[in-house]
Amino acid sequence: MVDLYEYQGRELFARHGLPVLSGGVAQTPDEARAIAAQVGRQVVVKAQVKVGGRGKAGGVKLADTVDEAVARATDILGMDIKGHTVHKVMVTEAADIAEEYYFSYLLDRANRTFLCIASVAGGMEIEQVAHETPEKVVKTPIDASKGVDEALAREIVTKAGFPADVADQVVDIAVKLWQAFVAEDATLVEVNPLAKTPDGRVLCLDAKVTLDDNAAFRHPEHAAWVDKSAVDPLEEKAKAKHLNYVKLDGEVGIIGNGAGLVMSTLDVVAYAGESHGGVKPANFLDIGGGASAEVMANGLEIVLSDPAVKSVFVNVFGGITACDAVANGILAAFELLAQRGEAVTKPLVVRLDGNNAELGRQILDSAANPLVQRVDTMDGAAQKAAELAAAGV
Amino acid sequence: MAIWLTKDSKVIVQGMTGSEGSKHTRRMLRAGTNVVGGVTPGKGGQSVDFDGTSVPVFNSVGDAMAATGADVTVIFVPPKFAKGAMIEAIDAAIPLAITITEGIPVHDTAAAWAYNLAQGARTRIVGPNCPGVASPGQSNAGIIPADIAGPGRIGLVSKSGTLTYQMMYELRDIGFSTCVGIGGDPIIGTTHIDALAAFQADPDTDAIVMIGEIGGDAEERAADFIKANVTKPVVGYIAGFTAPPGKTMGHAGAIISGSSGTAEAKKVALEAAGVRVGKTPSETARLMRAIMQG
Repeated sequence: MVDLYEYQGRELFARHGLPVLSGGVAQTPDEARAIAAQVGRQVVVKAQVKVGGRGKAGGVKLADTVDEAVARATDILGMDIKGHTVHKVMVTEAADIAEEYYFSYLLDRANRTFLCIASVAGGMEIEQVAHETPEKVVKTPIDASKGVDEALAREIVTKAGFPADVADQVVDIAVKLWQAFVAEDATLVEVNPLAKTPDGRVLCLDAKVTLDDNAAFRHPEHAAWVDKSAVDPLEEKAKAKHLNYVKLDGEVGIIGNGAGLVMSTLDVVAYAGESHGGVKPANFLDIGGGASAEVMANGLEIVLSDPAVKSVFVNVFGGITACDAVANGILAAFELLAQRGEAVTKPLVVRLDGNNAELGRQILDSAANPLVQRVDTMDGAAQKAAELAAAGV
Repeated sequence: MAIWLTKDSKVIVQGMTGSEGSKHTRRMLRAGTNVVGGVTPGKGGQSVDFDGTSVPVFNSVGDAMAATGADVTVIFVPPKFAKGAMIEAIDAAIPLAITITEGIPVHDTAAAWAYNLAQGARTRIVGPNCPGVASPGQSNAGIIPADIAGPGRIGLVSKSGTLTYQMMYELRDIGFSTCVGIGGDPIIGTTHIDALAAFQADPDTDAIVMIGEIGGDAEERAADFIKANVTKPVVGYIAGFTAPPGKTMGHAGAIISGSSGTAEAKKVALEAAGVRVGKTPSETARLMRAIMQG
C-alpha cells in the first residue's frame, strides 16, 4: 500500500473533477513565491509529511502577502516533524470555513467489501468523532460490483444529515470521489475536512489517499508519485532487485523464505535477544520461492550493507525450494560477494529444514566456512544469531 | 474424511499450460491428486503429458466440468487475468475455487467476491495469495509440498504458506486431516472462521492449529467464533510481534494500521477465548503435541 502526500492526493482529486483549492507544491521558497503570486490572495503554507500533528508542530501557517508566504515556506522547508524532514510545502489559497464535514471510502477487510464513512462533524479525527458522538458517523457498506451512483450518494448524504443547501454539491463529490477511488485502485480516499465556505461552496480541503501496490501494473502514471527521498536507500536497492526488504533498527540481519516465516523469524530473534543484550532483528527480507545463488547473493549483499548488522540468520524451510540449492546459493553468494569486492566478514547462522534439508546441511558442513554456523532448529539458531550479534556489538 | 478436499475430489487447473500451472500440475499428480483437466482459453482439445499422464485442456471451466465432473479448480493465472478466471469459475458454479496467484489488485478480488455473493455464493473461494488446500493421503490442490506430513487428525488453517509447511513438519509424525492456506491478502474468500467451523464439524479432526499474522481483525473475530462455537481444542500462533506500524510485511494484508491489527491484540483475543498461543512455531507445535498425545 502506498500513502500519497497531501499535494499528490490533491492532484489526484483535481484530475477526477473534485473541487480543490488553487495552488501548488514548492520545493524552494522561490517556487512558493511563484505559487503565492499566482493565487493572489491569502495563502496557507503546509508542510508535506506523512505524519499527523504537523499543525501543532508549526508546519501549517497562513500568509497574507507573497513575501510572507516566502518567509513561511523558508521556515517550514527543512523543518523536522516527528523525525520527518520537510522537503516540500503545499501552497494553496486560504479558504474561509463556515462548516467542516467528513467523507471517505475505504477497504473494509472484515466485510470483504468497501465502506463509505460520512459525517457532518469534520475537521477532527473521525475515530474521535465515532467515539464521542457515534450518532454523527454514518457507515455504509458499498457493493463492489454496483459502486456508488447518484441515488446511493443521495441516500448517504441524507442519512448523514448534510444540510439541504450543500446536499447537491456533496452528492456530486460523493459520486466523483467513488469514481476516483475505483479508477485509481485506491484502498482509502479521505476528505477531512470537506468544507463549506461562507459563500456556500463545498471544497475538499485535505486529501488522504492510499493506493494499492498490486495494481501498479495498470497505473504507470503512479510511479511519478513515489518519493525516492523518503524511501530507505536499502529498501530502494532491494526493490530494484525484486527483493521484499523492510529496514528495521536492530543488529541481527534476517533472510528467510515466505512472508509468514520471515515475520515469525523476526519475533523469535527478538525473544532470543532478550537474553543477549537486547539485540533485535535488523530487517525483514523474504527471498521468496526460488532461492538461487544470485538471489541469495543479492539478499546477503543488501543485509550486510546495513552497518548496524552484526550477525545474519538465514532461516529457510524448503517447501518447493530445495535446501541443497539454498546451501549452494549461500556458498556461491560468498564467492560472488568476494568477487564484487565485498567479502563477507560477519557470521552467518543457517537453519535449513524441509525439502532436501539433509543434503543442504551436508553441503554447508563439508564447505566448513568458518563464518557459517549451522543450527538444526529455528529457536536454537535464533539464540545463536542473537548471541553472535551481542558479541559483535 | 477431511474438509473440502478428499480422495474423491476431481481437480482442474486454470492456467495449466503456463509455467507455474504446469510445474504444479505435475507435482499435484505426483502427490496422487486426481487432476482431470486444465483450462486455457483457445487451447481446448489439446492435451498435456505429465510423466505419462495425459491431461486434457478445455476452453472454459464450464466445458471442463461438463466433460469431467470436476468439482475443484486451482487458479494459477497471472494477476492481470485472475479476476476473469475467478468470475469464470463462479459462473460455472464449481464448488471450490483455490486461487494461488499473488499480486491481484484488491479491487479485483473485491469485485469477484461481490459477484460470487450475487450469484448465491455457490463457490467457496480459497485465497488469493495462498498455498492451497492439502488433505494428506487423499488429495493436494495447490502448492503445499505433499511429502511434509502424512494423514492424521489435526486440522490446520493459516494465512502463511511457509508457516503452514513449518507446522506440518513439526507435527509430521502425528499427521493432518486437512491443511488450509487461506492467504495473506486483505480480502480473501475463506476465513479462519470458515475453516474452524468446518474442522469443528469434521468427525476426522480432533484438534485445530490456527496460524495468523498482523493486519485486519480476522483473528479477533475467529477468537469470538471459537468461544461461541468450537469445542475441539485449538492452539494458535501469531506472527509479526516485532513488525513496525505502517509497513507491509511481505503479504499485502500484513500491515499494522495505526493501532489496529497488532499481533498482541490478536494473541490477547485468542487467549481470552481459551486458545493456547505459542510464542514460537516450535512451542506451538509442542502445545499441540501435548494435546494429541494426551
